[in-house]
Amino acid sequence: MSDLVKLTISEARKALKNKEISAVELTEAFIKQMESERKLNAFVLETPEIALEQAKASDKKYQNGTDGALEGIPLGIKDLFCTKGIRTTACSHILDGFVPPYESTVTQKLLDAGVTVLGKLNMDEFAMGGSNETSYYGPVINPWKANNSDANLVAGGSSGGSAAAVAAHMCMAATGTDTGGSIRQPSAFCGVTGIKPTYGRCSRYGIIAFASSLDQAGPIAQNVEDCARLLTVMSGYDAKDSTSSQKDVPDFTQFLNQDIRGLKVGIPAEYRPDGLNAEIAACWDKGIEILKARGAEIVDISLPHTKYALAVYYILAPAEASSNLARYDGLRFGLRVPGEHLDNMYINTRSEGFGKEVKRRIMIGTYVLSAGYYDAYYLKAQKVRRLIRNDFLEAFKKCDVILTPTAPTDAFAIGDKSMTENPINMWLNDVFTVSVNLAGLPGMNIPAALSARGLPLGLQLIGHSFDEATIFKAASALEKDICFVRK
Amino acid sequence: MAVDADTVRKIAFLSRLKVDDDKIKDTEDEFNKILDWVAQLNEVDTSSVEALESVNDTNLILREDNITAGNQRDEILANAPMSEYGYFVVPKVVE
Repeated sequence: MSDLVKLTISEARKALKNKEISAVELTEAFIKQMESERKLNAFVLETPEIALEQAKASDKKYQNGTDGALEGIPLGIKDLFCTKGIRTTACSHILDGFVPPYESTVTQKLLDAGVTVLGKLNMDEFAMGGSNETSYYGPVINPWKANNSDANLVAGGSSGGSAAAVAAHMCMAATGTDTGGSIRQPSAFCGVTGIKPTYGRCSRYGIIAFASSLDQAGPIAQNVEDCARLLTVMSGYDAKDSTSSQKDVPDFTQFLNQDIRGLKVGIPAEYRPDGLNAEIAACWDKGIEILKARGAEIVDISLPHTKYALAVYYILAPAEASSNLARYDGLRFGLRVPGEHLDNMYINTRSEGFGKEVKRRIMIGTYVLSAGYYDAYYLKAQKVRRLIRNDFLEAFKKCDVILTPTAPTDAFAIGDKSMTENPINMWLNDVFTVSVNLAGLPGMNIPAALSARGLPLGLQLIGHSFDEATIFKAASALEKDICFVRK
Repeated sequence: MAVDADTVRKIAFLSRLKVDDDKIKDTEDEFNKILDWVAQLNEVDTSSVEALESVNDTNLILREDNITAGNQRDEILANAPMSEYGYFVVPKVVE
């Protein structure tokens, strides 16, 4: 085996089972790659000693035949997941030095399945951002460059470190979280595959909260099959999260490589507005043609409230965030900046500890929840949220799965002026992904094409509630015929 | 519903955040830009729509009211910036 870091999970499992490689060898290869790609700033904490210990234990399990479903698979963990004994900061200054005394349910499930943990991955501060530029640890650099250019591009966000690390083979796969597109958009920008499952599919216990009615965990990996393997392990009911679902979790790999004849694929008219980037439109058309050629039936659908989704999201998500982030008070964990009285201490700590975008959202959230404005903004947004969800429920009477672009552009430059000067321009990146969170549905990014400048473009598959199965079925077919060439 | 400087100060205090005096105007302008943008929701007739608070279809699951975790004082205090005698230390709150 020459290039261990390019193995998929399925290939690695086979090689490990057949004793062609050891888990320690595999982990060492990734540690080396992680070190040689440090310039991307994808990891904010490397844990090579822990990974090697875990790999040694994995090798024993392979020897005595007790290996778990992901035994010896080296993963990166988004810094939003609490990892027992391993620093976790949500890439915020306010959580400086926080070492959780407990493990998130999702990472515990992965550990129980035998993964090795290479380290913690960079992200937008508290997952608030679409470019990984709000991280206290600085932006992640996309491993892709435009043709004939050395300019550093964003990896997308908020799971930018996860997507970039997988694209650059610094870890075999990674965990991500998605509140408005934070798994799918960076996956699109970095040419990797990522799925946000149905709200409630994965436990949120131990994932630092941003907007609790929208947050979901999911995997970012090299291909559809690896995502299926990971999601099968990560999903399931957890008594520690009252919003996690008791629905049975199927083995998602059983839905791969299936005949998709007769599958009804919905194409929403509202996702093709005037002025849609021609390359994005062409990439979408290519996806439609592929599914049609495999015998799927293309169905025109309408999601009439799509244009309001971003405004709804940027009321509800900040409102929930302002409440969730009230816990950062300088008393119990993280940063404390002294002040003469209690209020001064709170204010000093929070003003120094939070970055600009986080402060902006806390203040907007506080405003829309404050007396006199609650009905006009917060309640209004919750009502339109129902209309957005109803649009999808209606659409799924006519189709089994929905195909759309993932993001409105390819990766943009770090420090892009139009976005730093006007936050709304940055928020527009979520235009195709955010409705899925508002409706609580599963959505997946599949790398689909290269733009004229040679950068990855992604397609999104949206499924009905708890029907990730149909997404995997369609994604597996799409992936085969797209023949995307990975980094 | 335009936001003025006083509202910015009030919201900043409710958020326990400091907005420097020379940043009040910028914050005010940014707030108004964002509020103008979200005002597009007023186009939508929601007079007969119920607010959606949760996408969960099922009711919350109840469990037996038993202690599931306890006696973790030291773990809880381990991350505190200041603690003494098994307590969090706060600045003086009573004169």
